[in-house]
Amino acid sequence: MKETIRVAAGQGFWGDLPDAPVHQVEDGPIDYLMLDYLAEVTMSIMQKQKTRDANAGYAKDFVPLIRRILPACVERNIRITANAGGVNVKGCADAVREVARDLGFAGKVKIGLVTGDDIMSRLDEFLAGGMELRSMDTGAPLATVRDRIQSANVYLGAWPMVEALRQNAQIVITGRATDTGLTLAPLIYEFGWSATDWDKLSAGTIAGHIIECGAQASGGNCQYDWQNIPDMANVGFPIAEASSDGTFVITKHIGSGGRVNVPSVKEQLVYEMGDPHEYITPDCVADFTTIQLEEAGENRVRVFGVRGRPATDSFKVSISYSAGFKAVGTLVYAWPDAFAKAQKADKILRERLERLGLRFDQVLTEFVGANATHGPLAGPPSADAPEVQLRVGVRGSDRASVERFTKEIAPLILTGPPAVTGFAGGRPKVEEIVAYWPALIPKEVISPKVEVLET
Amino acid sequence: MKVQLVKLAHARSGDKGDTANVGVIALREDIYPILVREVTSERVKNHFKGICKGDVERFELPNLGALNFLLHESLGGGGTLSLMTDAQGKTFSTALLRMEIEITPEEANRFAVS
Repeated sequence: MKETIRVAAGQGFWGDLPDAPVHQVEDGPIDYLMLDYLAEVTMSIMQKQKTRDANAGYAKDFVPLIRRILPACVERNIRITANAGGVNVKGCADAVREVARDLGFAGKVKIGLVTGDDIMSRLDEFLAGGMELRSMDTGAPLATVRDRIQSANVYLGAWPMVEALRQNAQIVITGRATDTGLTLAPLIYEFGWSATDWDKLSAGTIAGHIIECGAQASGGNCQYDWQNIPDMANVGFPIAEASSDGTFVITKHIGSGGRVNVPSVKEQLVYEMGDPHEYITPDCVADFTTIQLEEAGENRVRVFGVRGRPATDSFKVSISYSAGFKAVGTLVYAWPDAFAKAQKADKILRERLERLGLRFDQVLTEFVGANATHGPLAGPPSADAPEVQLRVGVRGSDRASVERFTKEIAPLILTGPPAVTGFAGGRPKVEEIVAYWPALIPKEVISPKVEVLET
Repeated sequence: MKVQLVKLAHARSGDKGDTANVGVIALREDIYPILVREVTSERVKNHFKGICKGDVERFELPNLGALNFLLHESLGGGGTLSLMTDAQGKTFSTALLRMEIEITPEEANRFAVS
């Protein structure tokens, strides 16, 4: 057994810096590369893609990435955990297998698949059986949106990935798996942690939480001393260097930019935090109030003392459903009296929408440069402001109303207050809203499946 | 005397549905008790008047010198439903750091703030 295992984060979300995982592989020693591709609504986008093309429905970028990094990963035995499979894990794995064969690794690389997260086809069976799948946000039962559901996936934890690693998979591809499981699974596998060692499972989960948003732990979006964080153009993504006792060090490759220190790690720890006493995953309940941090050298933060409790008997389900339409239009008003002009334009626009008898659930006006981020806390804008952007959004179930709204923005240039510009992009686009419905489901009705493909 | 929180703390914020979370972290360990004393749920709720329409919950993390706030009903429905520029609550962090809190002259002196 190795004394320490280095798990490197390569993507904080689908669309993060394309070369970050390449740098993680090439610029220093690592044992595992973890790649998180799935935000809450990503599954529904993938579901739509799969409906149009049976071969689609996964993170397409993953395949060319594997082409770039696989030779180095094979040479240095770097293993990969990725939830790139989306709603088509098999399709993703087949594409990766083609790449591996192409590169001459036939018979040398095994690919692990984790499925069983997709419960779309079982929803009616669950509902008929008396399960309500109430929204964790609103408490409403799922039946109220049943006819508008687009995807339904359980967040699986680390254990199916551990099984794939035990069967010698070099690349483990999952569908909807937790971000934290992608980091925890390699540690369980390497150190032989037991399924009831809640403190260690919680420590591995917290390591995952710290690195799962990529550079947000290593200098990105860091408020503490942001002006002086060095070489952000070349920012190094974080690496968790874990020991078998459940302690770990957060670091990054030597020579990369950014900064890992106690404040940068603290900022990431509190990101998207709920009740810190119970950070619930499928694998354990981690207690963030037990985490201890200390500086352990340049760009190294040691994390220790983590305690946790037994996992709950539920999985979280991520359900997406169609929830109407929206559009956002913007115009920019210039000095003098930029804010007053933008306000006047908003008044004119709303009066026109009213006269047209359009139906919306919500109309929201923001003045970018005045109140779009901090609202009334920003105080009144200066009368001398060089410019203010009017930003009006509408949302509703009637597509025609939203469509008509998009035709009422540009005319304001010739029919409203003066010194206005910023309409180069054409009419705003009408967007279908796919909303997120989190629910809980008993673990006993879900069966994760693990399969390992030869190349 | 009054000081703006930005002189004593840093912060990061994010979202869970229609709830914004703001983690406020003391710039120095010995500042944390002042945060506990001054930055109460009631004051945060009042600070975000017109923005936060639901309850404010506060959790203490003495181990990190941090407080975590949950601001319910703050993101215009949250996620893809929201029409807000900041639908994910990413800038609630510095919005909270605008808050003014009361410290003693001795504390101001100790932390070199004015």
